[in-house]
Amino acid sequence: MSESAETTSKYVLQTVGFDARFPNTNQTRNCFQNYTDYFKCITAKGEDFAPCKQFKKAYNSLCPNEWISKWDDQRENGTFPASLEP
Amino acid sequence: MLQFLSLFNTIFNDAPQPWQLGFQDSAAPGFTGIVTLHNTIGFYLIVICFSVFWALFSIIYYYNTNKNPIAHKYLTHGTVVELVWTITPALILIAIAFPSFRLLYLMDEVISPTLTIKAVGHQWYWSYELSDGCYRFDSYMLPESDLELGQFRLLDVDNKLIVPVDCHIRLIVTGADVIHSYAVPSLGLKLDAVPGRLNQVSFLVERTGTFYGQCSEICGVWHGFMPIAIEAVSTPQFLIMGR
Repeated sequence: MSESAETTSKYVLQTVGFDARFPNTNQTRNCFQNYTDYFKCITAKGEDFAPCKQFKKAYNSLCPNEWISKWDDQRENGTFPASLEP
Repeated sequence: MLQFLSLFNTIFNDAPQPWQLGFQDSAAPGFTGIVTLHNTIGFYLIVICFSVFWALFSIIYYYNTNKNPIAHKYLTHGTVVELVWTITPALILIAIAFPSFRLLYLMDEVISPTLTIKAVGHQWYWSYELSDGCYRFDSYMLPESDLELGQFRLLDVDNKLIVPVDCHIRLIVTGADVIHSYAVPSLGLKLDAVPGRLNQVSFLVERTGTFYGQCSEICGVWHGFMPIAIEAVSTPQFLIMGR
């Protein structure tokens, strides 16, 4: 029991909250919007800017890993289908 | 109700039985709502069936040619009866629609989740991603040769999805190749896994246990061999396992 109490204090169960822009079952755009927002944010403010991390958390929670790696490749090749300019 | 009964050591039915006709036991508020709605509508079904068949058989019995030699061929209209048989069904439909919409929109609600789980349908297995904790695994059906005593043929998997009880969980479902469908009856889940689209549902498990489901959209030759198994554990235990 003491072990479980210790664990509870160390690990926080937390995930991205409800977003009023995406109230429906379809969350595709929620994932994509957070992905683009993150890269827009770090282009404007730099990677160390703390508020940008919220977008990264959100798209990591929502997007399938396969999608993220595909979009990462597209960004590297310059074929990402959205503007990442802030 | 079921939770109260569990004080008396009830055995819950969380997997399908041979020749089962009823529902599995509910482990989530959503499914309890679905069963209640089913019972409510079943009440109207019985009332309507009895009244229609009673009217039909009494007309056949009392107004056949032997008992009624005179044909009332000018009796073609009755305002009162027409009003009754138009308005009554409308009221019955409203009485069915309101609880139905209420449940529909309640189940749509995503209540500030504590955990996001992504389930991806593949031909022919499910893979899970818990990116809040950087965790990913595949879940394949156990072949018959690997089954141990007490495990379910065609339902048990090598890696079960472990979830904490009494936590609102967001489930994001998508497909990697073709359309699949993520369904777990005891938790009231059924959500299409469409490639290129993320579908979201929220659920809450009310008790510990292992819950089984199957892919519910024909997805290829091994559609019947990609089951879903969810094990609900207490939150402290979940956190220990996550470590």
